[in-house]
Amino acid sequence: MVKVLLFGRLADLAGWRERDFGPGPPSLSALRSLVAAGNQELAGALAGPGVQVAVDLDLVRGEAILGAGAEVAFLPPMSGG
Amino acid sequence: MIRLTEQPFDPGAELNGFCRDRLGVGAVASFLGIARGEPGQASALELEAYPLFTQNEIAKIVASAVDRFGLHDVAVIHRIGAIPPGEAIVLVITASAHRREAFEACDFLMDYLKSRAPFWKREFGPAGPRWVEPTAGDLADIARWDRDAPRGGKTAGAAATNE
Repeated sequence: MVKVLLFGRLADLAGWRERDFGPGPPSLSALRSLVAAGNQELAGALAGPGVQVAVDLDLVRGEAILGAGAEVAFLPPMSGG
Repeated sequence: MIRLTEQPFDPGAELNGFCRDRLGVGAVASFLGIARGEPGQASALELEAYPLFTQNEIAKIVASAVDRFGLHDVAVIHRIGAIPPGEAIVLVITASAHRREAFEACDFLMDYLKSRAPFWKREFGPAGPRWVEPTAGDLADIARWDRDAPRGGKTAGAAATNE
C-alpha cells in the first residue's frame, strides 16, 4: 500500500487530496499512471513543469522505487508569504 | 523557531518575545506580510501546507541563512488555512551582531518563502478562486541569492538551493 497526497491545483483536478494505492505500485512512474488513470487533465498536470515529488518527506528527482507504506506527495509550484 | 499556525498571531508580542534577554545581538530585523484587501482584489486567502515537510524544508533554509549570514537566531511564523484581509500571514525575524546581516537574511528568507517554500496559496476574488504561483518578479528575486557570491560560511554554496 502506498499513500498518495495531492496539493494545490493537483488536488482540485483529481477531486481528492489523499488516497491509498495498493498493493504496492513498485515505482514512481507506475504510481503516477495509476494516480492519473482516466483523468487526462490530471495526467498532464502531474507531468507538467514545476511539479515536484516527495517520498517519505524527501524530495526525489526522476524515478524512485517505493517501499511498502511509502507516502508519496505530488507538489505543484509553491508560493508562500 | 519555526511555527505554522491556523490562528492569528500578534506580531508585536512575537517581536518583543524574540528580543527579550539577548546578549551579543546588536540588530534585529523583521518582515511582516499582511493579506491585502484592496477593492476588486482578492477578498480572502487560503494557504495549504504539507505540515511536517513544510516545517522540515523551512528548517533547512533557516539553517543555511544562519550559516550564510552569521545569524544568532531566526524566527519564522507562517499562517495556514483561511486568512481574512488585514491579518498577518508571515513574520520573519532575524538577529545578528550588526544590521546588514539581519536585513539581508530577512530579505533572503522572504524571497525563499515566496517561491520555494512548500505552501500553496489560493485567492478567492470576485472572479472566483485562483491558485497563486510565483511571479516572474518572485523568481528573479530568489535568483539573486543563487547568483550572488555567499558572504562566507561552510555550506553557503548550497544556501539558496533547496531542491
